[in-house]
Amino acid sequence: MVDHEMWGSTPARGRTDRLVAAVVWLAATVVTAVFLWILADLLRHGAGQISWTFLTAAPASAGRAGGIGPILVSTAWILAVCLAVALPLGLGTAVLLAELTSAEDAFGRLVRRSLDVLAGVPSIVFGLFGNALFCVYLGLGFSILSGGLTLACMVLPILIRSAEEGLRAVPDEYRLGGAALGLSRGKILLHLLLPAAVPGLIVGVVLGFGRAIAETAALIFTSGYVDRMPGSVHDSGRALSIHIYDLGVNIPGGETNAYATALVLVAILLLTNTAASLLGDRLRGRHAES
Amino acid sequence: MSTARRPSGRSRQWTSDRLLVWTLRGCGVLTGAVVALIAVFLVVESFGALSGVGLLRFFSDPSWHPSAGAAEGTFNLVPMLLGTLLTAAGAVLVATPLGLFSALFCRVYAPTAVARPYRRLIELLAGIPSVVYGFWGLVVLVPLIARFRPPGASLLAGVLILALMILPTIALAADAALSGVPRRYLRGAAALGLGRWATLSGVALPAARSGIATGVILAAGRALGETMAVLMVCGNVVEMPASVFDPVRTLTANIALEMAYAVGDHRSALFVSGLFLLVLVSGLVLAAESIERRKVVG
Amino acid sequence: MKNAHPLVQTEALGLHYGRKPAFLDVSLAVPRGAITAVIGPSGCGKSSFLACINRLSDLLPRCRVEGSVRIGETEVFDPGTDVVALRRRVGMIFQKPNPFPLSIRRNLELPLKEHGMRGRAERDAVIERTLTDVGLWQEVHDRLDASALGLSGGQQQRLCLARALALEPEVVLLDEPCSALDPISSGVVEDLIVSLRGRYTVVVVTHNLAQARRIADRVAFFWVQDGAGRLIEEGEADQVFGDPRDELTAAYVGGARG
Repeated sequence: MVDHEMWGSTPARGRTDRLVAAVVWLAATVVTAVFLWILADLLRHGAGQISWTFLTAAPASAGRAGGIGPILVSTAWILAVCLAVALPLGLGTAVLLAELTSAEDAFGRLVRRSLDVLAGVPSIVFGLFGNALFCVYLGLGFSILSGGLTLACMVLPILIRSAEEGLRAVPDEYRLGGAALGLSRGKILLHLLLPAAVPGLIVGVVLGFGRAIAETAALIFTSGYVDRMPGSVHDSGRALSIHIYDLGVNIPGGETNAYATALVLVAILLLTNTAASLLGDRLRGRHAES
Repeated sequence: MSTARRPSGRSRQWTSDRLLVWTLRGCGVLTGAVVALIAVFLVVESFGALSGVGLLRFFSDPSWHPSAGAAEGTFNLVPMLLGTLLTAAGAVLVATPLGLFSALFCRVYAPTAVARPYRRLIELLAGIPSVVYGFWGLVVLVPLIARFRPPGASLLAGVLILALMILPTIALAADAALSGVPRRYLRGAAALGLGRWATLSGVALPAARSGIATGVILAAGRALGETMAVLMVCGNVVEMPASVFDPVRTLTANIALEMAYAVGDHRSALFVSGLFLLVLVSGLVLAAESIERRKVVG
Repeated sequence: MKNAHPLVQTEALGLHYGRKPAFLDVSLAVPRGAITAVIGPSGCGKSSFLACINRLSDLLPRCRVEGSVRIGETEVFDPGTDVVALRRRVGMIFQKPNPFPLSIRRNLELPLKEHGMRGRAERDAVIERTLTDVGLWQEVHDRLDASALGLSGGQQQRLCLARALALEPEVVLLDEPCSALDPISSGVVEDLIVSLRGRYTVVVVTHNLAQARRIADRVAFFWVQDGAGRLIEEGEADQVFGDPRDELTAAYVGGARG
């Protein structure tokens, strides 16, 4: 982690060294202060608002009053659709890239390159694409299904990268040992590689979940704005992030509930991120031991 | 020896393996095709405007009033393109030193007990949704700027919020690059009696250069493509800004604002701006990748 | 012992990693039921040679094989050959013991199930028999469901041997099976290898000359020439050690080189 023994031998001395040290400390202080400012602001204005009623009730008066019950349900549905599609597809591709294609395989390189580009595609472009393909071309309209499918395209690169890393961390002896016993590739994968790669897979799911739940721009014209309780995946549903945007920008007097909703969203994200990083540490720790 | 139980032809497993391999290839083809599909849909949807309006008019028309259609409307995207480039460039200018210093703080200057939580904090910053940054900018930063120079919603607000958002990308990339500097370089510098800053500026940072550059390029890509934060704090007026306190509208904000009611050539023109963004960002990603590859070779 | 009934036969066999050859032009006949030791300095392609016999070479990156290997009537590198069935006939033990991160029982069960042994009672019988064969039953019968990774290095290697023998292979390949073990475990495993004589056709790669002398019926000596491993001499163990025909062999087994 921190290489102090490495830097211990390079002494800080002279005016330049002291100046640089001061600037570095200052920068770190500013960044920390801004982070705490945002967090404190959210807590100060949002925490008082949060209650069981807020989490379960329907929004009233365009969101100024009432709660976020239907919005949480819509968010959960969108995420469920997203992961239900992205998980199998992403896992399959990760296995393909990690186990069945070598570094110089042209097909593997092409898939990898296109995933790199996909990871950089702006979310508003995903929104345009999702609107054109799912809402219009496939006729799904503004719906949870359209939003979830759009997000699935978006989280694929994250899922695949983590799953691939998890698979690559599995020692080769399992592959060779399995093959020498005449186990088929499928059995080696199912019984030996995937169980050993589980931590990496979980990290991928958590990161993908985080990216999806934070997303707004891709959902504006795919899952839409409707803040009623969705009846099915074909209904439009408003995600948490869209609710924050709408309350903040379009609804005068919506700030308090926007703060509370933002706090809920950030709390969910902090929890999942912490879980992912703890798991990641455990994964790396185990890797280092062996 | 049980010769009888041995399958004579190809075994059951062999067949199921074939099936598995082809299923996985199918997954690969599908995920690989998503980018192509995005490009195809953007091009197809852009086609109306590109053929009806023509590429040139997106730069030469007097203003942006696209809802009247190709014949009567005007389609000048330059102010929005400029808005996008200015906010992104400003954000990179602000975030690069801050991110770099943050990485140096973690790896060199801070004691372990401080460095660890600081790194966690950077990771958490990376995880905060853009809509939350945008909302905070809207209710805290914009009124703050408005006190000095109204209206507050401005290029400056966009630059600051974007800088905050892309700082973690730069900091984490620089941190990783610094950790990859071979220890023998540092030992060599120590043996020459170099001070800490001399070691950093003369040895460590040059050695970590390509990793840091990759991080900055990827961060620039994020800044160019960001929608919500700039949409909420930049004021969204379609004008050339005269100073950092003037409002601007970015390409992304323009799409988010007008997509809801755009039809015909107007809708198609929004897809053209999406295509611009895709080309811009893909170019940056591929550039970052080629830097990364050269590092592996060299 | 005369080499009249070879079970494994290689013809002008060679293996390259990318453009670099590991070994070239090896033609060797391995007699049925005997222990054949492959000796030579490290880097002479012994292990790569072993990997060709059960086509584990398929899994090695950037690797290309030329020439042929025949086991009985089966052409190993024929594109129509069922690799899974082939590897069932040819068991393999690696230098570093590689039990799977599963229970002791699951380690043995997994390949048995895969190869079509459905009945639980039948499997349990095989597990007990093979664990007894490798002298492990007494030590582990009361903790079959504990993780195999909790066993000592020597026990792990014997478990791996049991796992391979449970499939009733015809050929057993051993790649430096003792070199990662302490001297006592090494002795136990060596005795086990000797006990395989007659029942299985054994090919063991070792750089331990004393071990080869103790256990081998036949010996094949590899040496690096012109940047690639080559088969210099092979024959009855007594002849290769006692009266080598090639001066390289003489120098190596005499301890002068390598």
